[in-house]
Amino acid sequence: MSKYSMHLLVCGGTGCHAAESDAIVCNLRDELEAKGLLDSVQVILTGCFGFCEKGPIVKVMPDNTFYVQVKPEDAQTIVEEHVIKGRKVNRLLYKDPLTKEAVSDSKHMVFYKKQMRIALRNCGFINPENIDEYIARDGYQALGKVLTEMSPEETIKLVKDSGQRGRGGGGFSTGLKWELARKNVSDEKYVVCNADEGDPGAFMDRSVLEGDPHSVLEAMAICGYSIGASDGLIYIRAEYPLAIERLKIAIGQAREYGLLGDNIFGTGFSFDITLRYGAGAFVCGEETALIHSMEGLRGEPTVKPPFPAESGYRNKPTNVNNVETFASIPAIILKGARWYSSIGTEKSKGTKVFALAGKINNVGLIEVPMGTTLREVIFEIGGGIRNVKKFKGVQTGGPSGGCLTEKHLDTPIDFDNLIAAGSMMGSGAMIVLDEDDCMVSMAKFFLEFTVEESCGKCAPCRIGNKRLHELLGQICEGKGSLADLDRLKNMSLVIKDTSLCGLGQTSPNPVLSMMDNFREEYVAHVTHKKCPAGQCKSLMEYIINLDNCVGCTACARVCPVNAITGERKEVHLINSATCIKCGACMEKCKFDAIYIS
Amino acid sequence: MSSIKIELRNEDVDFIKATCSKFNSDPQELINVLHSCQEHFGYLPAEVQEVVSGHLNVPVAKVYGVVTFYSFFTMTPKGKHPISICMGTACYVRGAEKVLEEFRKELKIQVGGTTSDNKFSLSSLRCVGACGLAPVVLVGDKTYGRVAPDDIKGILKEYEK
Amino acid sequence: METIKLTIDNKEIDVHRGTTIYKAARELGIDIPTLCYMELHDMGIENNPAGCRICVAEVEGRRNLAPTCSTKCEPGMKVKTHSTRVLNARRTVMEFILSDHPKDCLVCSKSGNCELQDMSHRLGIREIPGQEFAATSTYRKDTSPSIIRDLDKCIMCRRCEMMCNEVQTVGALSAVNRGFMATVAPAFEQNLEYSTCTYCGQCVSVCPTGALTEVNHVPQVLRALNDPTKTVVVQTAPAVRVALGEEFGLAPGSIVTGKMTAALRALGFDYVFDTDFAADLTIMEEGTELLDRLTRHLKGDKTARIPILTSCCPGWVNFFEHYFPDLKDVPSTAKSPQQMFGAIAKSYFADKIGINRKDMVVVSIMPCLAKKYECQRDEFSVDGNPDVDYSISTRELANFIKQANIDIKNLHDEEFDAPLGESTGAGVIFGATGGVIEAACRTAYEVYTGKKLERIDFTELRGMEGVRSATIDFNGLPVNIGIAHGLGNARKLLDEVRSGKSQFHAIEVMACPGGCIGGGGQPLHHGNSEIIKARAAAIYAEDRKKPLRKSHENPFIIKLYDEFLGKPGSEKAHHLLHTHYFDKKKKIIVKK
Repeated sequence: MSKYSMHLLVCGGTGCHAAESDAIVCNLRDELEAKGLLDSVQVILTGCFGFCEKGPIVKVMPDNTFYVQVKPEDAQTIVEEHVIKGRKVNRLLYKDPLTKEAVSDSKHMVFYKKQMRIALRNCGFINPENIDEYIARDGYQALGKVLTEMSPEETIKLVKDSGQRGRGGGGFSTGLKWELARKNVSDEKYVVCNADEGDPGAFMDRSVLEGDPHSVLEAMAICGYSIGASDGLIYIRAEYPLAIERLKIAIGQAREYGLLGDNIFGTGFSFDITLRYGAGAFVCGEETALIHSMEGLRGEPTVKPPFPAESGYRNKPTNVNNVETFASIPAIILKGARWYSSIGTEKSKGTKVFALAGKINNVGLIEVPMGTTLREVIFEIGGGIRNVKKFKGVQTGGPSGGCLTEKHLDTPIDFDNLIAAGSMMGSGAMIVLDEDDCMVSMAKFFLEFTVEESCGKCAPCRIGNKRLHELLGQICEGKGSLADLDRLKNMSLVIKDTSLCGLGQTSPNPVLSMMDNFREEYVAHVTHKKCPAGQCKSLMEYIINLDNCVGCTACARVCPVNAITGERKEVHLINSATCIKCGACMEKCKFDAIYIS
Repeated sequence: MSSIKIELRNEDVDFIKATCSKFNSDPQELINVLHSCQEHFGYLPAEVQEVVSGHLNVPVAKVYGVVTFYSFFTMTPKGKHPISICMGTACYVRGAEKVLEEFRKELKIQVGGTTSDNKFSLSSLRCVGACGLAPVVLVGDKTYGRVAPDDIKGILKEYEK
Repeated sequence: METIKLTIDNKEIDVHRGTTIYKAARELGIDIPTLCYMELHDMGIENNPAGCRICVAEVEGRRNLAPTCSTKCEPGMKVKTHSTRVLNARRTVMEFILSDHPKDCLVCSKSGNCELQDMSHRLGIREIPGQEFAATSTYRKDTSPSIIRDLDKCIMCRRCEMMCNEVQTVGALSAVNRGFMATVAPAFEQNLEYSTCTYCGQCVSVCPTGALTEVNHVPQVLRALNDPTKTVVVQTAPAVRVALGEEFGLAPGSIVTGKMTAALRALGFDYVFDTDFAADLTIMEEGTELLDRLTRHLKGDKTARIPILTSCCPGWVNFFEHYFPDLKDVPSTAKSPQQMFGAIAKSYFADKIGINRKDMVVVSIMPCLAKKYECQRDEFSVDGNPDVDYSISTRELANFIKQANIDIKNLHDEEFDAPLGESTGAGVIFGATGGVIEAACRTAYEVYTGKKLERIDFTELRGMEGVRSATIDFNGLPVNIGIAHGLGNARKLLDEVRSGKSQFHAIEVMACPGGCIGGGGQPLHHGNSEIIKARAAAIYAEDRKKPLRKSHENPFIIKLYDEFLGKPGSEKAHHLLHTHYFDKKKKIIVKK
């Protein structure tokens, strides 16, 4: 980064990418070229900055100015004002929602203040398509250190001592996993990176791969050296074209630099990485299913043991870690086990990346030390609930997790606390729900996902989840009874207890935790046939406000089932038995005379 | 069988053959081969699966078993402008279902269907990772963020011609 | 081998490391229920997807319930197989399975012999909660010449898929779709007829429900029996007599030849004959062909292809027509015993009793479902009149006997009719793997060497190992014999033949594991391989009892050649008793 005096970092994460950040880069370059500044100012398309809510984001270095919601046509202003005249473009600065003041440096934004970035350390700082920038930020130093100064055993010990637990959901010790894979003697072993992020509402793996692909490649090589493998495979969703593209570039560059391939650093250690594409199956996040998928088969899980560490890809010892787990490894190696284990809680070390979404002000990707409370995440970093609504709950762990409520807000987030609270870490999706969200409908939504994604191999998951979904549907339609709630619970517990893999073993979690935490809402659905959140269509009642109705007959004419009666210029009535709740009348009424109870 | 019969031309057979060779005709590369074929043909009709089966030495029943397992693979041709509505949780809680409903109404097709003029096909997908823009709709490669049911007519109009 | 100690239901047991809880429990006499697990011991056949989740048990210290079929015992393990938690889970999972299963047990062909029905009874299921709004997975039904698929009844045990792919390597079936709609089907969920199915019926023989069943031809047979214009002739395959008794509560391996003959006569068949007669005939033709090809080959005749492969198994014929059409001139051209019988019955025998072949109905009782397809092949008919009209399985015959109120157990033994009912021990052993080639050796040895065979029992050719080989000394000429049962094993030998590496002079192939005694039309073994072994023992016992044990000594065979065919391999014999094969490999049609 020598010849340039200024850098314009444009977020190239998926969200910003979708909002035309490519065009911003083009326009900035055009503007700079027109002004003859291309030699001194560099425009870089980086990985995700995390603050997706305010994207597309453009950051100006070295003065750390953070422009939000930039449009391609703003390029001219940024170049003319900021680059040439040194004046910050005030209208593009982030406004603190409380003080309404412009904040130009991201360090001072509440969104970033409580964050600590290890896995995301390079996202938004480097051009992911340029290996030199990764190297400039200590990239591949950890690999060098391991290969030249440490034995595989020492490396594994360091990872073990760091206390890092797998970020893919299970929370198994990374070091221990490596140790098991090392112990199994075989002529061939494999390192697999699970990048089949299928959890709806989770995009952390994608952001890492798009923003800092080399950190994953480096970590995989370190893992390969540790367990005695020379082949790495990244199993990535075919739906992530940008991440695939950047991985391909990164692998090419690493090979060119001799950081992948034969005889790395002249140490005799060889390691190379190839890509394998998923094809849209959530169950392939389960490691045995993932391995079968890589073998060209249906992604059906098999019983463990044998664990992949004994018999995995091509029946050889295989170590599977997810993207975020790998991304932290180089930092752990360089800064040491003690540093990493000093962060976090007693049993959950380090930081965790969360994808914050839903009814929250600051949607985005965040990384916080383990032990941060939900309150800090949602109300400080996340900026609280949108549209001044009331916080109702937060679903962590995606469709496998549970819904936490007000009473959990001050619980420090870590693997064990979340499980104790009836949820789980999962991959780190956090979906915030507000008072308008119906907890029966939400459970049904998650079950719909599970039903669609169940592989169909074992009976409880294949049929049981379908039955759960159907019963929730019945309850949403007001056809449930109190006894059904018990049945719901029994079915859920049995599905958890008997399913073959993690998908079925966790799929009833949303139902169980929501029934537990919002029992009264479920009871309201079955006994009073009411949906307190007003979401369940069948339980709504369209009512005509007698004071407002002028008898224009518009509603009666538009009603598809003739449920509205009334004489012209007389007050009309809706027959709720016939009404199909299509809402057409309410849309048509010009006098605000129709409301939902 | 829902797939439309296509006549495999010589060059199609050659393409599949070359694709399989590129992957050393290794049965373990079946999914990669199917990806390449779907990219080329737009979908995976029975005939293509038969040829792949022959070259990779995998029973065609198994090939079909794989094709029907993964939601990315399809045996029906997509419309000229494939529309995908993100049904990830973030989009769902921000009203993706209403958006989907509106598309269904406007196009008069179900999810997974294609309009009779082959112009649009409708599908739902899980999280494109653009939760900041929720709800998100993809038309071809183009992403539409913060879509409201009222926007649907306008979006479709862009592709009318 | 290391032994470990564990406790199951408070009973201690020592087992070898690697034993599953399921098997350890069996040793203790605890029969853990399961729907998907199946093992045919000593045949190397195991189905273990751990999918039904009925066999779960509580293992102390484990978070969730363990599938005992696939969980290995650990030292000190404490297992409970009938705690409240286990019983509740098992019942709930069973309710799930039944909620997606038709309730037409009363009219299901599997009724009374259905593992799902038995399990429901055993678990005491009395209602299925929530059935009124439960969606069911339904599929198009498919009827092929031999097999009916009704996937509404599929419970995804995957046994059929395992048999079709791993054991038989036919690959006609695969798990398809995902989640609730997942099932096992041919490619594109098309009919079996358009697949590479060989109709071996092994899928049917392992299906725990009514999802896969045979096509029932009993009504047609009944109609023929009641048609006064028809002379109805029946032939019974060797494997039927050692298995039929099981359907009537007799121990596996009971030999019911005489009772079966009596029952068939009671059913109204005009002539009760024996396929074993045709088996002897097959040996005459096939053995002659073997010797001819072998001697020509030894003399350096390049057109004489070696090895010669047996061709009496229709599943096997279908298999090589689909997968090895390039080798279709390698198997013997001899028809199968069923078809030889039909051809002789409708020519020689019809002439003898002075009726037109069109007025004769030939019914075969077979342990096999592929026979149904075989007798429908175009090349086995004359002017549209098939040599064998209907083939019914052992199971269908048992049902037919029950329908006719015949108490088979108390019938007096009766003999087969002459002339097509006379057979030797060589014909009997066709029913077990290795039997055809042993029968061929008994005759070929004497014909080739001109000497009397001292030791009739070629025990080296018997057994249950999937691929076997032996060298038989033909008076100084070592003849290398290969044997395969199960099509996956056959494929191994065929691959060797294709690559020119095969050392064998003759190979016997049977499509079904165990040979015909393990055929797709036999009484269901429900995963008990002891049943198949008992049937094999019975076959060899029947052979030993026979006064004549070499095909060429069968006086009626000698007479048949004298009166009608001339000599083995004659033009007439070729016309009636030999066939040719077809290339059934799927062709890609290239359009311009």
